[in-house]
Amino acid sequence: MPGQDHLTVTVQRGGPGAPLRPQTFEVPAYNNQTVLDVVSWIQQNADPTLTYRFACRVGMCGSCAMMVNGVPRWTCRTHVSKVLDGNAIEVGPLRNLPVIKDLAADMDPFFDKWVAAEGRHHPTRTREEEIAPVNPQAEERQAANAGIECINCSVCYSACDTVAGNPDYLGPAALQRAWTLYNDAKDADRDAILDAVSGKGGCHSCHSMGSCTAYCPNELDPLSAIAGLKRATAKRFFGGRR
Amino acid sequence: MKVARAHPLWLAYILHRLSGIGLALFLPVHFWVLSYALNDAAKLDAFLTLTEMPLVKLAEFGLVFLLAVHLFGGLRLIALEWLPWSAPQKTWAAAAVAGSLFISGTFFLQAI
Repeated sequence: MPGQDHLTVTVQRGGPGAPLRPQTFEVPAYNNQTVLDVVSWIQQNADPTLTYRFACRVGMCGSCAMMVNGVPRWTCRTHVSKVLDGNAIEVGPLRNLPVIKDLAADMDPFFDKWVAAEGRHHPTRTREEEIAPVNPQAEERQAANAGIECINCSVCYSACDTVAGNPDYLGPAALQRAWTLYNDAKDADRDAILDAVSGKGGCHSCHSMGSCTAYCPNELDPLSAIAGLKRATAKRFFGGRR
Repeated sequence: MKVARAHPLWLAYILHRLSGIGLALFLPVHFWVLSYALNDAAKLDAFLTLTEMPLVKLAEFGLVFLLAVHLFGGLRLIALEWLPWSAPQKTWAAAAVAGSLFISGTFFLQAI
């Protein structure tokens, strides 16, 4: 950023106990800095009461996602230079989730839906039995592999306008998890998964806007996973076999 | 904070919705005018003279555009949701449809 030694950073403050308001800070600009670095600088040097969340700083834990200039992003892996609008950035808490305070969103609804989508393993064997081999080349294993790198950051949930308009909608991450388990050779209860995702707020609520796939920081494709669930539930409805 | 949405798939989504609303508003009027063909042919002919006006011609272009956008948007959605194809396969399929429409459309324009 030649000629600019400061960034203008607007941060959304407030939460249930205080009114929501934007607050602007001048933050020193460096050649290499992430949005999380900028938020940390504010908290450490300008206002220690700023609340935000992070843990690993290397894009693995999924805890630092925020809205940056209107787009949900993992802030620890988002370089300021890539998202600057003029010389400014605007940072807010993730959309579609309740705000705890400032930049920290309450992730409870996101994880509750993960459970509601039957996003848990249904074992085929007990721990006393031999481990069943998995064929990595199998088509369904490939489909499952496509979704396993999800870090639960809620960027897709926050990007989705269907979530914004329909509080019952399970959302892209939970549905992608259900699709992953549905394709897992070691999952024993695929009907339970299809039951969980075919009801009100399930995969058929998706309008295929594709914001989940467009903004997923790990370049996963929840849109296609949800389409897979739509096909699987429809096939089952018409009595077809997988 | 203003939410940024303008990626191609979202634009395709909103175009499909808006063209659908536009067609839904048009269709009742369309059927109402067509009903004159049964009840009052003279009134229908009088109404159809309107189609000579440049503004109406432009509006007709708009209607055909809405119909085309909605038709191909719907085909896109069906392919997206019902065909477990990879992205390159879908791109090739779309290119094949576009190419064949172009060739057959050119032939059609030559023929009439």
